[in-house]
Amino acid sequence: MEKRPNSFVVIGGGLAGLACTMKLCEAKAKVTLVSYQAVKRSHSVCAQGGINAAINSKGEGDSPEIHFYDTVKGGDFLANQPLVRDMCYQAPAIIHLMDRLGVAFNRSPEGHLEFRRFGGTLYSRTAFAGATTGQQLLYALDEQVRRYEHDGQVTKLEWHEYLEAVIDHDGVCKGAVLHDLRTGEIFTVGGDAVVLATGGPSQVYGRSTGSTVCTGAAATSAYLQGAKYGNPEFIQIHPTAIPGHDKLRLMSESARGEGGRIWVPKKPGDSRPPREVPENERYYFLEENYPLFGNLVPRDVASREIYDVVFNKKMGIVGEPMVYLDLTHHPKEYLDNRLGGIIDIYEKFTGDDPRNVPMKIFPAVHYSMGGLWTDFKDDGHGLIDHQSPRNQMTSIPGLYAAGEADFQYHGANRLGANSLLSCIYTGLMMGPGLIQYAKNQKKVFENVEPQVFEKAAHKWKDRFSKIKSMQGSENPYDLHRELGDTMMENVLIVRDNTKLNKALSMIDDIETRSHDIRCLDTTHWANPTPSFINQLNCMIHLSRIIAMGALMRNEFRGAHYKPEFDLKQPSDFDPHEYVDYMEQKNYGEVPEESFPDGHLAYMKRFEANNERWLKTTIAHYDEGKPNISYEPVDTSIVPPRPRKYD
Amino acid sequence: MTTKNITIKIKRQDAPDSKPYWQEFNVPFKDHSNIISCLQDIQRSPETSNGVSINPVVWECNCLEEVCGACTMVINGRVRQACTALVDKLSHPITLEPMSKFPVVRDLHVDRSRMFENLKKVKAWINIDGTHDIGEGPVLPENERAKRYVLSECMTCGCCLEACPQFSKDNNFLGAATFSQVRLFNAHPTGKYNQEERLEAVMGEGGIADCGNAQVCVEVCPKHIPLTESIAEIGGQTTLQIIKNLLFK
Repeated sequence: MEKRPNSFVVIGGGLAGLACTMKLCEAKAKVTLVSYQAVKRSHSVCAQGGINAAINSKGEGDSPEIHFYDTVKGGDFLANQPLVRDMCYQAPAIIHLMDRLGVAFNRSPEGHLEFRRFGGTLYSRTAFAGATTGQQLLYALDEQVRRYEHDGQVTKLEWHEYLEAVIDHDGVCKGAVLHDLRTGEIFTVGGDAVVLATGGPSQVYGRSTGSTVCTGAAATSAYLQGAKYGNPEFIQIHPTAIPGHDKLRLMSESARGEGGRIWVPKKPGDSRPPREVPENERYYFLEENYPLFGNLVPRDVASREIYDVVFNKKMGIVGEPMVYLDLTHHPKEYLDNRLGGIIDIYEKFTGDDPRNVPMKIFPAVHYSMGGLWTDFKDDGHGLIDHQSPRNQMTSIPGLYAAGEADFQYHGANRLGANSLLSCIYTGLMMGPGLIQYAKNQKKVFENVEPQVFEKAAHKWKDRFSKIKSMQGSENPYDLHRELGDTMMENVLIVRDNTKLNKALSMIDDIETRSHDIRCLDTTHWANPTPSFINQLNCMIHLSRIIAMGALMRNEFRGAHYKPEFDLKQPSDFDPHEYVDYMEQKNYGEVPEESFPDGHLAYMKRFEANNERWLKTTIAHYDEGKPNISYEPVDTSIVPPRPRKYD
Repeated sequence: MTTKNITIKIKRQDAPDSKPYWQEFNVPFKDHSNIISCLQDIQRSPETSNGVSINPVVWECNCLEEVCGACTMVINGRVRQACTALVDKLSHPITLEPMSKFPVVRDLHVDRSRMFENLKKVKAWINIDGTHDIGEGPVLPENERAKRYVLSECMTCGCCLEACPQFSKDNNFLGAATFSQVRLFNAHPTGKYNQEERLEAVMGEGGIADCGNAQVCVEVCPKHIPLTESIAEIGGQTTLQIIKNLLFK
């Protein structure tokens, strides 16, 4: 008798989903790959900068261990360390694999991989393919998956939406409810396990650097079924994006690096064209407030200051949430030479030429460090046991998560060029564990009572017919914009408990009004409106746990900044003092005079704060309500220490 | 901010086999608005310029940064991405139509799966030994990498095929995007091992010989991919292959 092939359902055709599919196919499994659109258009395509791997090709002494340290430090020690460490150790092999798949990585004079430096590190660790690394990596994996599709191992269901996991009587995931976005048909598909590689939730904020499909709805649906959601409040903001009515587009930090000056007119609401505002009527707020660093302050500081000028001082350009990023003092030739690519992007999307007119920019939601809670098994030596079925499994057995949809790897903040790595890493790493899981499961999906699948499909057919019959007064797209505006104004860069409380009651209000939506389109063929109404419901639930997580976390960690709980690090503090302090503590009481004035008190505050807050936020939906609890973080390899923020 | 209205005429179609019809919309003009933000405005207040309530217009989009290729449509008679079509750079009234060379799914959304099927026909991938760690990839000079990089930016948007007089709904012409991908994979040190298979795939009906050399593909390519150069290169490679076949097969 022929052996039953393992069969999996992978939701999402970005880097994580494709890498996982490729790995499973290599192990002779069959995969149903489900994607909201053609996989080649997944959001991974947008990444520009590069992908990290400590290959040390320039003899700088870089190593996976240093890459690991930079990553956990960058994330303010909030990530579980064995996973991060394993990712960094696998990174060189991942880059070599992608290179073998044909990715057009830039080359060194000898024809090897070229690396460059990126934020948050002192080493040339970032491999890149022009300015479109994400696109190139995605296409390479897409090509491999197409090869398996050609050979019959992969069934691609593009233009299909994941609605929910099918869970059997033992509480184990045995398949997924899918929605054919063309015929409107709702049906189930069975599998040994289901992988959610469905990306981030940036649409919760309305306009962001994310793609329009990044609603986080699939991960939220799992949360609403009882899967734990980790660190929802950790949302990364990029300081300089090009505001647009449809989305916010990334403007690389090199514009500031090349001398770009950030300013607003001193008179709020000033409607003169920027070049008619005389020099003495301009407020160069970064230069004034940070004489030493000026416009080159770190990402988070720049974001916070721009936010302050726009929302607290109400000094945004003509009352809009924007500030100028001015390059016009540079000669044209210099700009073309150093910043040609960036200038073209700005010109393409705004029609204005930054050589003549200052650019208008604003910080934008860029990445979510949080996501579905996933498990892992270490190998006892600070790395991961790659054969373990626990790796990347959510708290629902048989339901897995990968890529930006999971919460591991980046802690409280993500380093540039680590996101592409974490997506490919999770996709590949979870493969062997998924195979083990499929081999060991008690009951295969073919033997699950058919009623389980029928019931799941019925529930969603019913839900969609209810959505279609909604005849209220609210426009779902308008309501989405309102939700986004609420989140942007209250749950973005600078977090304040009064505003977070206000946001929560506004979210409640939006939820109430969402029951009074009018389904604008009730036809059956290729109708995106009912689907969007369902996604909006998910986004409302997700926004609530983002705001709740932020409200309850009374500290300042990574991307989550609450001025009220700033630990007030002394300006002359050296992080190494903390290592001394920890050592001295082992020998008893540490005398005050061992450290400069105020330093010991600060370190004690830091220690106490970690005791209370160095924990993963867990949001759990139970009996129709979100519950927030906390879980310890594995810091067994590098003890947490203060970071210096300038 | 200016508060005038602009007029957009959209060619709509409810289903693949139903008849297309036109509707006219007024949307508020905002500085730097693009076609996507106009379509979003219509979603938020779905009625025609005569005040008739209608179903929101259906279109395809994702990244809105001109990298994913999704939002391609015919704007004022020219095929391009809607995200980079800025309202103040277009002549008015603006007309939006779905691409004409692919089956319409609904309104401005078309089915481009033929392009992905073509990639299967020409085996546009590299046959690797496995995903396990077997060390570095092939050493490759930067100038050859740079040539491949330009080709690898193709986002399968379909502009080149929409513009091509040879490519039609009812023939099986592969088209410039596919030929260019053959060139991309034949130029890779490992990809080269399967060059013959790829060339055989473009030698038959609908293949490279059917190209009429109209050169419009290269004019409309939003990524400035040297498509005519690719066609010439693949033409040359197939000629050599034909000679090889005559001599050795």
